[in-house]
Amino acid sequence: MKEYLREFPRELEDEAVYIIREAASQFERPAILFSGGKDSITLVRLAQKAFYPGKVPFPLVHIDTGHNFIETIEFRDWLVSQTGMELVVGHVQDDINAKRATEETGKFSSRNTLQTTTLLRTIEEYNLDACLGGARRDEEKARAKERIFSVRDDFGQWDAKNQRPELFDYLNGRIKPGENVRVFPISNWTELDVWNYIREEKLEIPSIYFSHTREVIDRDGVLWPYSDFIYKEPSEVVVHRQVRFRTVGDMSCTAALASDASTVDQIINEIIDATVSERGSRLDDKRSEAAMETRKVIGYF
Amino acid sequence: MDVLRVATAGSVDDGKSTLIGRLLYETKSITQDKLDAIERASQRKGIDFLDLSLLTDGLIAEREQGITIDVAHIYFNTPKRKFIIADSPGHVEYTRNMVTGASKSEASLILIDARKGIVEQTYRHYFIANLLRIPNVIVCVNKMDLVDYSQEVFNAIKKDFTALTEKLPNKHLALTIIPLSSLHGDNLTESSERMSWYEGDPLLTILEDLPVKKLLKDLPFRMPIQYVIRPRNEANHDFRGYAGRISSGEINEGDSVVVLPSGRTTKIRKIYKYDTELECATAKESITLTVEDDVDISRGDFIVRAGEETELRTNFQAYICWLNSQPLATNKTYLLQHGTLVVKSKVSSIEFVQDTASLLKIESINTLKMNEIACVSLKTGKPIAADPYDTNPPNGTFILLDEHTNNTVAVGFIGS
Repeated sequence: MKEYLREFPRELEDEAVYIIREAASQFERPAILFSGGKDSITLVRLAQKAFYPGKVPFPLVHIDTGHNFIETIEFRDWLVSQTGMELVVGHVQDDINAKRATEETGKFSSRNTLQTTTLLRTIEEYNLDACLGGARRDEEKARAKERIFSVRDDFGQWDAKNQRPELFDYLNGRIKPGENVRVFPISNWTELDVWNYIREEKLEIPSIYFSHTREVIDRDGVLWPYSDFIYKEPSEVVVHRQVRFRTVGDMSCTAALASDASTVDQIINEIIDATVSERGSRLDDKRSEAAMETRKVIGYF
Repeated sequence: MDVLRVATAGSVDDGKSTLIGRLLYETKSITQDKLDAIERASQRKGIDFLDLSLLTDGLIAEREQGITIDVAHIYFNTPKRKFIIADSPGHVEYTRNMVTGASKSEASLILIDARKGIVEQTYRHYFIANLLRIPNVIVCVNKMDLVDYSQEVFNAIKKDFTALTEKLPNKHLALTIIPLSSLHGDNLTESSERMSWYEGDPLLTILEDLPVKKLLKDLPFRMPIQYVIRPRNEANHDFRGYAGRISSGEINEGDSVVVLPSGRTTKIRKIYKYDTELECATAKESITLTVEDDVDISRGDFIVRAGEETELRTNFQAYICWLNSQPLATNKTYLLQHGTLVVKSKVSSIEFVQDTASLLKIESINTLKMNEIACVSLKTGKPIAADPYDTNPPNGTFILLDEHTNNTVAVGFIGS
C-alpha cells in the first residue's frame, strides 16, 4: 500500500548537503543544535556526508533541560563516541540557579520555554555565529515561513516580517558582531522524508521512538510520561501503557502515543495512516494558536 | 522519486488558498487535527466554510489581517512525485515575494477568476514567470462554477492570455490553460463531467507529468566551488576535494576542465558523492571532485568543461528586481554574489524601469524602489564567469548585498 510514500527523494539530501557546506564556508564558529531527536540525528549524518572524508568541522550543542529521557542522553553519548564529534552542553539548571530563568510551577509546567535562555547564553559563551537546527517547515505554520539562513539579533529574536529574501540557491549569512544565524538544512523535508531517510541510511535512533511499556498519566486522552519532573494530582493514576514517542522534546512537554510500532518500517506505516500531525503530541505547541511563533520571536529555534 | 517545485501566486479572492487546500485534501496530505484546527479557527472568524488560507497564513499578523505576507511552503506527495509549493501573496507590494517564490520553481501556477478574466495581477504574475524563464506555466481559470462552466467564457480568457504571451515571447515556454472549480473539485484531481468540452488532463495529472530537470542536464557543465575538503589525517594525507553543487550539465571522470576565472586547466580524477565514487554526476547533485594537477582552486571559483568556457564579464546589462525598502543608489558600491563568488559592483545606469502591469518601459529614472524591476548596466571589480540568463538560467543570476546593512537588496538576471 502507498509504496510511493516510502521512497526518499534524494534531491533533498543534495540540497541539505549544499546548505551545510554553505554554513561551514560562511561562518567562523557554527555548531549543530543536537536534541537527540530524529531530525538532529539526520543532520549529523548529512554533515558527515558533506565533509567526507574530512571530519565535521563543528561541534554538537545540546541544550539540556535536565528533564531528559534517559534513553536520549545515552544515545547522545553513544553518538558522540561513534562520531568523535565535540559535545557542548548548556544546562537549563545553571540558568535557574543563577536566577536568569525561573522555573514554572503547576500542573502543566515545563522547562521548554526556559531552553531559550540557556540556548542564547550558550551561543554567547561559545561565541557561536551559526547554529544548525533540524527544524522543518512542514512541522508547524510559523516554521513554514522560516528562512534557511534565519538571522537573529543580539537577543536572539526572530523578525518574521523583515526576513531576507532567499532567491535561487543563494544563502546570505552576512551578519554584524553579536548577531547570529539559525541554519535549517532540512527545511524542505517532511516527517516522512526523515523517516524514509533513517530507513534508507540505516541510522540508529533512541529507543523511545519504538514501542515500549511506560508509566503514563492519561489526561483527557493525552498520555503524559510519568516521571519526577511531572506534577501529579492526587486523583490522577499512573498506568502502564504500550507507547512510543513521535517527537522527542523533554519529558515535561512530549506526550506519548499508544503504539505497537517496533521497527522503522512499522513507524512509517503508522505515520502514513495517521490522522494526527506530528506536533499534535507536543504540549508546548498547544499553549496557544501562535505558541511556536511567540517562542521563535524571542529566540527559540 | 523526483521533486517538483511549483510557485503559486494570486490575489486574495481568486481561490488560490482553496485550490491548494483542496489539492492537499484530495491527496490526503492534511491530517484530521489540522483540519479540525482550521474548522475551529474558521468558526472563530465567523465564517461557515473551511478557510483553507489558515493553513498557509502562519504568522499572527497574517491571520489578524487576513492577508498573506510571506512566502509559505507547502508539501505533498502523489505516487509520481513529491511537490513543494511556494505560495506567494499576490498584492503589488509583494513582487519581491513572488520573485522569491518563483526563483526555485520549475512550474508556475497562475490563477484567474473566470468572472473577471485577465486583470492587472495576471500581467504581473506572467511577467515574473517569464522574466524568470519558468519552463512550465499553468494558467488555472478558476471558479468556472460561477460562469455555468461556460466554454465561451473559458475560450475568451484563453485567447486573451495567449495574446499576452505573444507580447512577452519565450521560446522555451510550455503553456497549459485549464478550466476548473477548486471549490467543487472540477478538473482538479479528476476530469470534470460538467466540462466535457475540455479535452486536457486535470490539474494534478498535468503537475505529475511535467518534465523537469532535463533542460538543466543538457546545458554546459557549471559548478561553483563551495568548500575545499582537506582532511589532513593519515589515511587521506594528500586529499584535496573540491565540494559544490552542480548548477547545470554533467561531468564525467577524466573530463578536461577549466577553472574560472584563473583559466587554469586540469582533468577530473575522481567524482565523489560522500563515500561513493561516481563515473558521472549531473545537475543539482552535491559532489566532491578531485583533479589530476596541483592547481589553485578555492571558494568562488567555477569549474567548467574545457571548450565550454563562459565569457568573463565585468561590464554587463541585467534585469534586476529591487527587494529592499532602501532604494537603489546608482554609483554606490554593492557586493555582487554570483555562484559562490562575491565581488564589488556598481549599478552604473538604469536603462529603464519595467512596468509589470502595462508592460511599458519607463526611461530617465535614476533610482529603484522596492518591488520595481528594471534593466540596468553594472560593472564589477573582478570578472564573473556568468552566462546570459536566457541560455543558462542557473548560471545567469546574481544577488546584490548591501555592505552596511548586510541585506540582500536585489536579484539580477544577466542579459545576453
